[in-house]
Amino acid sequence: MSNAELEIDVDDPTAPEEDSPAVTNSRTVDVAVSLLLLALAAVLAWDNWRTGASWDSTGPEPGYFPFYLSVILGGASLYGIGAAFLSNKEAVETFVTRAQLRRVMAVFLPTLLFCVAMQVLGIYVASFLLIVGFMRIVGKIALWKSLLTAFLFSAVMFVTFDLVFDVIMPKGPLEAAFGY
Amino acid sequence: MEALGLLLHGFAVLLTWKTLALMMVGLVLGVFVGVLPGLGGPNGVAILLPLTFSMDPTSAIVMLSCIYWGALFGGAITSILFNIPGEAWSVATTFDGYPMAQQGKAAEALTAAFTSSFIGSLVAVLLITFLAPWISSFALKFGPPEFFAVYLLTFCSFVGLGREDKHKTVVAMSLGLLLAGVGMDTVSGQLRMTFGSTDLLRGINFLVAVIGLFGISEILLTMEERLALRGHAASISLRTVLAVWKDLPKYWMTLLRSSVIGCWLGITPGGAIAASFMGYNLAKRFSKDPDSFGKGRIEGVFAPETAAHASGTAALLPMLALGIPGSGTAAILLGGLMVWGLNPGPLLFVEHKDFVWGLIASMYLGNVVGLVLVLSTVPIFASILRVPFAAVAPMIVVSCAIGAYAIQNAMFDVWLMLGFGVVGYVFKKIKIPLAPFTLALVLGSRAEDAFRQSMIISGGNMKVFWANGLVGTITTLAILLLFWPLIDRLVASFGKSVPPAAKAEA
Repeated sequence: MSNAELEIDVDDPTAPEEDSPAVTNSRTVDVAVSLLLLALAAVLAWDNWRTGASWDSTGPEPGYFPFYLSVILGGASLYGIGAAFLSNKEAVETFVTRAQLRRVMAVFLPTLLFCVAMQVLGIYVASFLLIVGFMRIVGKIALWKSLLTAFLFSAVMFVTFDLVFDVIMPKGPLEAAFGY
Repeated sequence: MEALGLLLHGFAVLLTWKTLALMMVGLVLGVFVGVLPGLGGPNGVAILLPLTFSMDPTSAIVMLSCIYWGALFGGAITSILFNIPGEAWSVATTFDGYPMAQQGKAAEALTAAFTSSFIGSLVAVLLITFLAPWISSFALKFGPPEFFAVYLLTFCSFVGLGREDKHKTVVAMSLGLLLAGVGMDTVSGQLRMTFGSTDLLRGINFLVAVIGLFGISEILLTMEERLALRGHAASISLRTVLAVWKDLPKYWMTLLRSSVIGCWLGITPGGAIAASFMGYNLAKRFSKDPDSFGKGRIEGVFAPETAAHASGTAALLPMLALGIPGSGTAAILLGGLMVWGLNPGPLLFVEHKDFVWGLIASMYLGNVVGLVLVLSTVPIFASILRVPFAAVAPMIVVSCAIGAYAIQNAMFDVWLMLGFGVVGYVFKKIKIPLAPFTLALVLGSRAEDAFRQSMIISGGNMKVFWANGLVGTITTLAILLLFWPLIDRLVASFGKSVPPAAKAEA
């Protein structure tokens, strides 16, 4: 195979290290999720029982169908806890390494902040900040490229949704200053 | 013949400049999301759905279905050039597609993939054209017990035939059904599972859940991995295309077999993943030289691609005719129909002929246009991979947020989307399947309504689900499918326990 054939070669400078230690294994997460689902099933079963999970003169009460679903969810979650404890494969399987978790958080936390900013600054300004910040900090991309991409993307979104399709999006002080 | 007349009417509805432009936009966006690592059909449709909210239903569904066709075509590009299957159903394509690229036959492999995608889809669209009106007219005779039995059959087949751990499918499905019930009870008007929250009064919109489950979680998962790519560049010449097409008749049996498998697994909820592997395995089994598979054989590209695309397209048949989606993407499209005030199911063919036949016509046209588009623009789309993911990821996050907000103009939905994103990430990592979760979210309230109406009709007697031959057969089949793994094991152990002499006598 000649090198000329390999025309597309993209490297990832912030790739997670291969030898990063595991934060937790799949079994622990599986058990934790099953416990959470079991708790959710119990709460929902209680709420549906309270709403009415039997029959009246008009047929099944509002909580009837969801009550039995909660019972099924609870049963399957209980089974899941048992199965996870017995699974040797899950015990040795890494759920996430430290380096991977860092990368996941590098997306999740900015997304969380973006949602907060969306309420205060409106969606377009928040989008601009998210894209610039993400490209610059996570992707280590040149500032001018990040600013230009963020501006163009936010502008296209504004024109598409607010002007062309009349979809009302959350706005902030900047849009208000321009009369939107 | 009536179907042909209606189809021509569909083409008349479709052939406007505006719709054709939307079709092109949809295809380009679709190939784009298909090529981007981590994204794909259902994610692309979910993320781009908001673009269609203010369109008329026909334009919207044409654009969405073209995004879907485009994503199906795009997945093959990364599978063959980079050995990266964009979707699970593209895994089998890499077995022979990537070796072909390594041998300098990337253009042949891509032409084979696109052509077989087209053939698979075409066979499925023909099936939809001729079967959908018949099924929907048959389904008009259905009452609530029959509909509930069909829903039950769908749920049970996911549990019985799915590859995942059974309890995990049950968890996904019951959770989806429960979340679909949050909010106001449609029969009594009473509030359920809202816990005093005014935001939950509206219920959990399934599109919000889908955008989080597929869009946000996919970004989290993709960022987690190393995004380094190293692959082959390819451009397709007309000569290569004609050479591959000239050889097509040699593989007619493989193409036919894979199309049949794909259509069957698309209509039943077997799905495109099972179809592509089954298509590949059967092509290998019936081949005169099975050992050559996996080493760059063109048949190994034809078989899985035909089956996967026949399956992906055929999954729209039960969605249109019965209101029951056969795949995750079909479920998202079904949600889209509901947003535009259309009620998928038998009545759709009576009440919204223009829409249904416009959609079916768009399947034909979208596939032809898609084939020409991808064959002529492979190098451009392959170079999309050069765009750093750190630039693409925040744009997808913003698109998801716009989508989630636009559905009900509620900030709460954006938070809900984020929550579902985390749920999707964790579920995918511990292998709780998302397709039955989505399906249950979409069908939940319909299934409950059908169940309650059946119970009211029968005065609470479960015998209503065996009241006549039709409903009885469907319900019994559902139960058989639910316990299929057990039945299968029993049959296998019975076969083993019978002495060879007895077998010979039999």
